[in-house]
Amino acid sequence: MTATAVFFLVLAVALVWGGLIASVVGLSRRPGRLDFPPGGEDDHREDVAPVERDT
Amino acid sequence: MSTSAGEHVAGAQPREQWTGQVGFILAAIGSAVGLGNIWRFPGVAYENGGGAFLIPYLVALVTAGIPILFLDYAIGHRFRGSAPTAFRRLGGGRMKWLESLGWFQVMICFVIALYYTVVIAWAASYFVFSFDLRWGDDTAGFLVGDYLQVSDPGLSFTFVPAVLIPLVLIWVAVIVVLAFGVARGVQRINVIFLPLLVVAFAALVIRSLFLDGAADGLNALFTPDFAALADPNVWIAAYSQIFFSLSIAFGIMITYASYRRRRSNLTTPGLVVAFANSSFEILAGIGVFATLGFFAFQQGVDVAELEGLTGVGLSFITFPAIVSQMPGGPIFGILFFGSLAMAGFTSLLSVLQVVSAGFQEKFGLSPRQAAIRVGLVAMVLSVLLFSTTTGLIALDTVDNWANNIGIVASAVLAGVFAFWVLRKGSELRSHLNAVSTFRVGGIWTVLAGVLAPIVLGYMLVSRIVTLIVDGYEGYPSWYLALMGWGTVLVFVLAAFVLTAIRWRRSPDGFRPWPALPEGGSRADAGASTEGGRS
Repeated sequence: MTATAVFFLVLAVALVWGGLIASVVGLSRRPGRLDFPPGGEDDHREDVAPVERDT
Repeated sequence: MSTSAGEHVAGAQPREQWTGQVGFILAAIGSAVGLGNIWRFPGVAYENGGGAFLIPYLVALVTAGIPILFLDYAIGHRFRGSAPTAFRRLGGGRMKWLESLGWFQVMICFVIALYYTVVIAWAASYFVFSFDLRWGDDTAGFLVGDYLQVSDPGLSFTFVPAVLIPLVLIWVAVIVVLAFGVARGVQRINVIFLPLLVVAFAALVIRSLFLDGAADGLNALFTPDFAALADPNVWIAAYSQIFFSLSIAFGIMITYASYRRRRSNLTTPGLVVAFANSSFEILAGIGVFATLGFFAFQQGVDVAELEGLTGVGLSFITFPAIVSQMPGGPIFGILFFGSLAMAGFTSLLSVLQVVSAGFQEKFGLSPRQAAIRVGLVAMVLSVLLFSTTTGLIALDTVDNWANNIGIVASAVLAGVFAFWVLRKGSELRSHLNAVSTFRVGGIWTVLAGVLAPIVLGYMLVSRIVTLIVDGYEGYPSWYLALMGWGTVLVFVLAAFVLTAIRWRRSPDGFRPWPALPEGGSRADAGASTEGGRS
């Protein structure tokens, strides 16, 4: 491979896969918020449930 | 079930949900990673500047792909419903008819599913053919003649058993999975197939890197042509690739986000999904072009002289020819067509979940009822239209109009209505920021509400003009009117008809959670006291 092609291959991998790794790491460190507004609790049952019509 | 204040509402029913964040992310990646990642991205990148294409591609990802993905998440999660339900609630009291945009998206998904299933059936067939390299030396002749038995454009009812049988089997499989519901069906299959896909495709890529001529193929793909960046069409190609690859703007991500718990992180998982999708495209680019480099080396020609570098030609003509010449070819073929089938199947599930969810909510059906009724109707239409001797031409035509007209129009309309007409940009941004760990700023409103509709609007208008002036692939005008423009007409008419039908149970009287901060626009405009609200 030419040096230019290698450079752009590495750049593509670094930027795109780097973005994936960074977002995965970010998500693992902060999976979710701890300060949700009040409310928003779900009444969820397992298995096949009828469709929710309202909250 | 609880209201925005958190109290339980008697008589209200729970919504299906993913089992958690990882289940949702895997399902969303499974939806985004499809046939286009494998057979479209490498060729598009190669033809639009090679290594230099990385620049418009990443710009498109950041300025349109991710913002529209977040818009879909926000609409689906805040208004907690399929595309018709979510758009009806988004529209509120005075614009409940915006439900029709949701049905427009449902119809796009319905039609796409009809032919997407066929391509998966082809991939499954070629998976089997790989064992004995059944396509022989003339792969193009085998595909068009022996396998698909392609005739002239028209409407044929001469069925091709070699297509029909795997097609029916794929439909039965997808109906069974959908009938099991979101968590036990769609999520479970994605949790199994996605890791399998990554392992199989990674093995294929690693093998391809050790082939003679692989370096030449990678040179061809990654050597930059910076002059291409001055060509507007290269930028349009980048926006198109990102847009069609991410499963955005036609109901999928709205539907998937609606199955998340209310207290769910939206934006950071969205970044994971978006970068995972692009990561797979880069992986596919490496694997496909290393393999093409080998093919060129075997032929004694330059990679630039090869034909059939994208789509059906790449997958079912060029790749079989390569497999035939490769040491250990059958295993390579099995990995390639197995990957194609798995990537397609997980995307197909998401497309049909949009349709299933829409009908579940409008007509009060269970997931099982919707899967069987919608699935059987779709299967019959799919068989009638695409398992005949005119199936390939019909697929090519319907796909072009459904994507380039249907999906792009859907994206433009969603952006225009959400941001310009209803002025819900601040509400949707507040929603994202209230539940997510990655906060979006005002720039998101500009990108999703201004830039994306303008770029996509330009793409839409230019494509319409081109199709009217130049036609498509030299097919007869009457055929394009029927199968191309007719498809779009079906989207529009069905959207209005389905909107006009009475709901089994009204989705109105809905109050989004979380409530807007003081001074925000009324998110519950038009909310009534029906539908179980106390």
